[in-house]
Amino acid sequence: MTLELSVTIGKLKLKNPVMVASGTFGYAGEFKDFMDLRKLGAVVSKTVTVKPRSGNPPPRTCETPAGMLNSIGLENPGLEKFLTTKLPVLKKTGVPVIVSIASEGDPEEFVALARRLERVRDVAAIELNISCPNIRAHVKGLVSQDPKSTYEAVRSVRKATKKTLITKLSPNVTDIVEIARAAEDAGSDALALINTLMGMSIDTKTRKPRIAMGVAGLSGPAIRPVAVRMVWEVYRKVKIPIIGMGGIIDTESALEFFFAGATAVSIGTANFVNPKASGEIIEGIEKFLRSNGIKSIKELVGSVRIC
Amino acid sequence: MKPVQLTARVISNRRIAGPYFKLCLREASIARRALPGQFVMLQVKREDAPFLRRPFSIHSAQGPDLEILYETKGAGTRILSKQKPRDAVELIGPLGNGFSLRLGSRRPIIVAGGIGVAPLVFLAQKLSNRKGLALIGGRTAAGVLCEKEFQKTGFSVTIATDDGSRGFHGRVTGLLERELRTANPDRQIIYACGPEPMIRRICGISLKDKVPAQVSLEAHMACGIGACLGCAMNTKHGYKRVCKEGPVFDIEELL
Repeated sequence: MTLELSVTIGKLKLKNPVMVASGTFGYAGEFKDFMDLRKLGAVVSKTVTVKPRSGNPPPRTCETPAGMLNSIGLENPGLEKFLTTKLPVLKKTGVPVIVSIASEGDPEEFVALARRLERVRDVAAIELNISCPNIRAHVKGLVSQDPKSTYEAVRSVRKATKKTLITKLSPNVTDIVEIARAAEDAGSDALALINTLMGMSIDTKTRKPRIAMGVAGLSGPAIRPVAVRMVWEVYRKVKIPIIGMGGIIDTESALEFFFAGATAVSIGTANFVNPKASGEIIEGIEKFLRSNGIKSIKELVGSVRIC
Repeated sequence: MKPVQLTARVISNRRIAGPYFKLCLREASIARRALPGQFVMLQVKREDAPFLRRPFSIHSAQGPDLEILYETKGAGTRILSKQKPRDAVELIGPLGNGFSLRLGSRRPIIVAGGIGVAPLVFLAQKLSNRKGLALIGGRTAAGVLCEKEFQKTGFSVTIATDDGSRGFHGRVTGLLERELRTANPDRQIIYACGPEPMIRRICGISLKDKVPAQVSLEAHMACGIGACLGCAMNTKHGYKRVCKEGPVFDIEELL
C-alpha cells in the first residue's frame, strides 16, 4: 500500500505533515548530528526581526511540571545577517524553509520583513509571529490578542507577499476562534496553533521569579490539552489549514492534533529533550497509518469521534 | 567532534561524601572522544519527570568509561542518585568547548570550589606531566572533594575551608592570591570552576596579576546543543551560549 503523507498548506506542498516549531530548532544545523534533516516536512526558522536583538537577560529557561518556561526574547541576528548567514544553513536541510518574522512594536516592520523575504527564492513560506509573549513591546498586549490588530497585521503582510502566509496565534485569549477568523478574513493561508501560554514560576528560597523577566512562555506536554482544544475549536469554524503544536513529544501526541483538525503538526520543546523526536514521529505516523489500513494522512484530519 | 545521542549502562553510582555522588557509565563512543571541560546532557526520569535533560560536566574519561561527579540538589539529581548498576540512562555528548590545553611553559593552577572540582579532575589527568598546583576549596572539611584524585595526577594539593576545619582558613581565592604573590605571572595559567562569587573573584585576581584564566561556567539549559538559546551568558561580545561557545570561557571575555 502506498501511503499518502503529503499535505498542502497554501501554495506549499509538503512531503509529510511534520515540521519543527520556530525557536525550538535553532537554524537546523544544531540538529544535523542527531537526525537526517531531509526527513522533515519543513523547517521553521527562529523568529527574525528587522534589527538584531540580543535577547533577554538570563535566566531564560526553567523546568516546570511536564514542561518548561522560556523567555529568550527573540534573540536573532536581524534580517540582513539572517539572510546571509542563517538562511543558507536552513537551506542545506533540503526541505522547504519557512521563515518566522516578528515586529518589535511597529507594524510596518512586518511589511518590511515580508517585502524583503518576498524577493528571496529560498524562502518557501512566511510565518507571522504575532504571539511571542517575551518582548517588551508586547507588554501592552500581543497583536494576536486582539482581532482587529490581528486582521490589520495579516492584511498588511498579505499585501506585501504572494508567498504562503502562516499566522501563529497565541492561546492567551478568551476566544481563539474570533482571532483565527480575523486572520483568515485578512488572507492568511494557514494558522499555526498554539504559541506558548504565559506563565510564571517562583523560587521559594529567594522569592524571585525563576525567569529573569518574571512572566515567560510555557511549553511542553503541560499545555497539550489546551492546544488540542484550540485546534478543535478553530477547525470547526475556519476553512484554512491548521498547523497544530503544543506539547507534542511522540507519535501518540501528534495524532491527537490530526484528530482534532490539524492538517500538519510542529514539534517544539520535544526537540530539546530528544533531538531525534521529529524524525521518530514521522516514522510513527507512517506506522500508524499502515497498521490501521489508512491510505492518506488527510483521512485523520478532524476525525475525532464526538457523539 | 560530533556528539552522539544514545543509551548508556550504569556501571556504578556511589555516594562519595555527604550529598556528593560519583556515577560511572560505560560508553566508549563518548568517553574516547571527550575533552576536559566538555559535558553531557543526561536524562534521568521517573515516570515522566523531570521533563528536560540535565547538563553534567565530564569528571573523568578513561578507556570506555565515563565518570560524572554530582551533588544531589533537586528532583533530577535525587532520581539520578537512585540509579543502580545496569540501569539505562539517556545520554547526549560530548558537548561544548573544553579547556585549552595549549599552556606553553605556564604552570597550571587549578582552582576548584565545592562541586566545581567535577570538570577539573579530568583536566588534571590530561595535564598529569605538568607538575601543576590544585587549590581545592570547600565550605567545611567534608566539602573538600577529590584531593586524592588530584594527587594521583601529580598535582600538589592545597586546601582551603570557609570554616577553617581543614587547611587554609578562608576562601580558596585567598590561597590563589597567596600563591601568586611569589610566582612569576608569565609562567602561570589558572583553570577554575566553582560558585559564581568565586569566579568573579578570580576575574579580579586574573586581571590584577595579569595571569590568564579559563573558567568553566554553569547555566540552566533546556537543550545543551545550541538550539534553545536558554543558557545565554553576557560577555564582552554580547550574549554567548554556555552550551556551545562555552562552558569554558577565557576570563577576559567575561564582564
